[in-house]
Amino acid sequence: MASIPVFNSIALGDNPAHETSAVQRAALTAFALGVLGMLVALFSEIGAAHPVASLSGIAVLFVGGALVYVWDEYRSRLPGIKNDGVMFSSNQARGILGWALGIVFTGLYVLLYWFPETLDGLIRVADPLAYTLTGQAANQWFLYGTLYTLAVLVMGVRALLKYRHSRYQIVRTLSVMTVQLVFAFLIPHLLVLFQQPEFYFSYFWPLKYDYLWPGTVGYLIESGEGLGYFMVFWGAMMTVVATPVLTYFFGKRWYCSWVCGCGGLAETAGDPYRHLSDKSLAAWKIERWMIHSVLVFVVVTTALLWINSATEGGVFGSLSQTFSAWYGFGIGLVFSGVVGVGFYPLMGSRVWCRFGCPMAAVLGMQQRFFSRFRITTNGGQCISCGNCSAYCEMGIDVRWYAQRGQNIVRASCVGCGICSAVCPRGVLNLENGARPGRFGAPTLGLIEDLDILEAS
Amino acid sequence: MHLVIIGNGIAGITAARHVRMLDPEARITVVSDETDYFYSRTALMYVYMGHLTAAHTKPYEDWFWDENRIGLVRDYVERVDTRANTLHLRSGGTLPYDKLLIATGSRPRLGGWPGEDLRGVQGLYGLPDLARMTADTEGVARAVVVGGGLIGVEMAEMLHTRGIHTALLVREPSYMSHVLPAEESDMVNREIRRHGIDLRLGTELREILPDANGRARAVVTTDGEELPAQFVGLTIGVTPNVGFLDGSGIETDRGVLVDEAFETSVPGVYAAGDCAQHRAPPPGRKPVEQLWYTGRLHGAAVAHTLCAHTTHGSRRVYDPGPFFNSAKFFDIEYQTYGRIDPERAGGERTFYWEHPGGRQSVRIDYEAAGGATRVVGFNVMGTRYRQVVCERWLAEGASLAHVVAHLGAANFDPELYRRHEKAIVAAYNRAHPQHPVRLDQKKGWRRWMSPDRRGLTGTDIPPGRALP
Repeated sequence: MASIPVFNSIALGDNPAHETSAVQRAALTAFALGVLGMLVALFSEIGAAHPVASLSGIAVLFVGGALVYVWDEYRSRLPGIKNDGVMFSSNQARGILGWALGIVFTGLYVLLYWFPETLDGLIRVADPLAYTLTGQAANQWFLYGTLYTLAVLVMGVRALLKYRHSRYQIVRTLSVMTVQLVFAFLIPHLLVLFQQPEFYFSYFWPLKYDYLWPGTVGYLIESGEGLGYFMVFWGAMMTVVATPVLTYFFGKRWYCSWVCGCGGLAETAGDPYRHLSDKSLAAWKIERWMIHSVLVFVVVTTALLWINSATEGGVFGSLSQTFSAWYGFGIGLVFSGVVGVGFYPLMGSRVWCRFGCPMAAVLGMQQRFFSRFRITTNGGQCISCGNCSAYCEMGIDVRWYAQRGQNIVRASCVGCGICSAVCPRGVLNLENGARPGRFGAPTLGLIEDLDILEAS
Repeated sequence: MHLVIIGNGIAGITAARHVRMLDPEARITVVSDETDYFYSRTALMYVYMGHLTAAHTKPYEDWFWDENRIGLVRDYVERVDTRANTLHLRSGGTLPYDKLLIATGSRPRLGGWPGEDLRGVQGLYGLPDLARMTADTEGVARAVVVGGGLIGVEMAEMLHTRGIHTALLVREPSYMSHVLPAEESDMVNREIRRHGIDLRLGTELREILPDANGRARAVVTTDGEELPAQFVGLTIGVTPNVGFLDGSGIETDRGVLVDEAFETSVPGVYAAGDCAQHRAPPPGRKPVEQLWYTGRLHGAAVAHTLCAHTTHGSRRVYDPGPFFNSAKFFDIEYQTYGRIDPERAGGERTFYWEHPGGRQSVRIDYEAAGGATRVVGFNVMGTRYRQVVCERWLAEGASLAHVVAHLGAANFDPELYRRHEKAIVAAYNRAHPQHPVRLDQKKGWRRWMSPDRRGLTGTDIPPGRALP
């Protein structure tokens, strides 16, 4: 088939026909100076010597540059789906820029997890903000949380501009931005300021696995007293009660693309890379094995920890500690962090959510078997163009179902709604409705399909 | 049975898939000279614009064909020998068949204009056209697209995304005014211009002028105006691709002539999709209907006839049901169900609502007799309607009042989008003050708890009744 080469320039714009405007060039320069400022801070004492000046300087250049750039990028475009040039873009189509960013992101995670002392110069820059919020000096996790939140907010503004024709996308994007800023950044740090346990009200077991592990439960109750009890209660209720009820009514999207921080980053910073997920049947098979294995791993580890805690090490000895240590390292650090975010420009924005997240696995099983959610296909209107499948961040071959006139009920669907947005014929719609008929048999008469292979 | 299908487009491939289901024993071979694998023609524009890669346009993964024992041959059929049941291929080989399905689609139509064979002048139908267009628009500053149809507006959008200044010449006084009623047609005119396309209505091409290298340099319109254009898209329609059948004994006119079960004049030879021409088309349908949806319906129907020898198949008379089609004009989506005649030649009446913003509309055409009404067609722009709901109303002959009162059941717009049923009902009541209707809606928790919500998924639509 004819193919068009990826434009391996270092152009950031996703459409080669779009010339970078003067405003954008200025904004990019500011952004680059912000990055340069970070590098200088990393290799010097400037952060420790002039914390407020370096923080404000870097923040203004870095954030301001990025915001002005995206503002100007979308200001000139009419609202609507305009994925022009995405597949030619070096950044977005695994060109030189994409690989370079993948390596940089992955490298940052490696430094953060295993060599945090190398980041000390930059951590000092975050000190003024850390003192304001938490009353303490910054550490690598504070720096990480700050950069993560900034990424969600700045790229959230980009998503708001890009999808400004869609009220569903606007509200959903505002939701993930708000949850990240308030529940995953401000509240946890303010809790520290008031000498309470740092707690994230938007994360639950099994994604935040240790919230139902005996160690964390004990710590919360001991150090938080009344509030600590509430935190444990909140986490347990969200896992056991709220999650099944909300998933029944809305599908897993209520969490994965409206609340979750991992999902929030994927939907904002990861949006330019959503099409890089593998849509093959082979990938789907791997996904099902992997994600359910991780779920088994976390359930077994949790059970072992509690048995061990109840018997005070009498039954398994140090086995449960071995399990939890390996889970924390292999799944918590390497999979969800290094691979999950570092590989955005190479494997798409939902690698962790799709192949690893045990929360997604639980929600997915319920969504598949016991939920009112489905993506409805509008009769025989599909033209098999492939936009839905291409832009599905979860790697679902949406078209497979749509072209048969069949509804899409898949465990992995996070309900981001982008398939519905990019469909040029209005074929797809996210809906909650009665469970009978949810799968929507191929629409006889309109498509008259008797398909060859069973699709489940 | 060895079934050979010429053409791996939507009609041929749909037929192959359905034959495989109906007859597990059948040997199926698909011959195409265009591509190794089936791809979606409708996605060509997205490949050019960079929304998709060519690989994305393949609706099935490559293993699918072996898995389902559908043989794929990349070759060009030079000649069909219907006496010996044999195809003669360009590679020099031959391919014998028991049954033959011709599904060779179309070719862009030319207008006989001076200069239409210059480099940089082309239509857009398949991947080879796209490859040429990609090469020939490299570094081009200005282009002209000729033709006010669906492909014309797509080509204008494609060129626009590469920053090429584009003029669109439309022969009719308004865009696609032979299909779209005046209001919708004008809405599309406005949308095309809103995107910076130089839309020239009531303007035809006279000739294309060459530069020194035999490449298009400019076009001259029938007004005598010269428009610079290093690329010229000719999108005045397509014509069935049946030239290779000359001398085969298979009767052709514009396309391959077929009866109501896609049988040609030669026993054992069938034709479907763009290239088929019905001797007696179903009511309200054209003899040659070059649409994606029609190709798919043809393919599924002809499969039954091809498998008439099996327990599951039988000679099937083509019955496509109510007409439907869809398109996207830049950012405005368009769906149509049933019969919308811009001239209203059959005496139909029309109910039309347009959003004050001018980019959304709903039209319902209906027949009125003795105080009763019966809807016959829907046109919606900038909003999405459910096909099963609209077709059920059409099949039941629902009254206009019933349909307007229950429009919520047809709406297919994404959650949280602004709904306009109230405004539509108000417009209806202004036009029909003697018989006002009330919008069927439940609010708050009652709506949430109501079993009527099932109507939202199209499974439980209130039945329609004609007005007494």
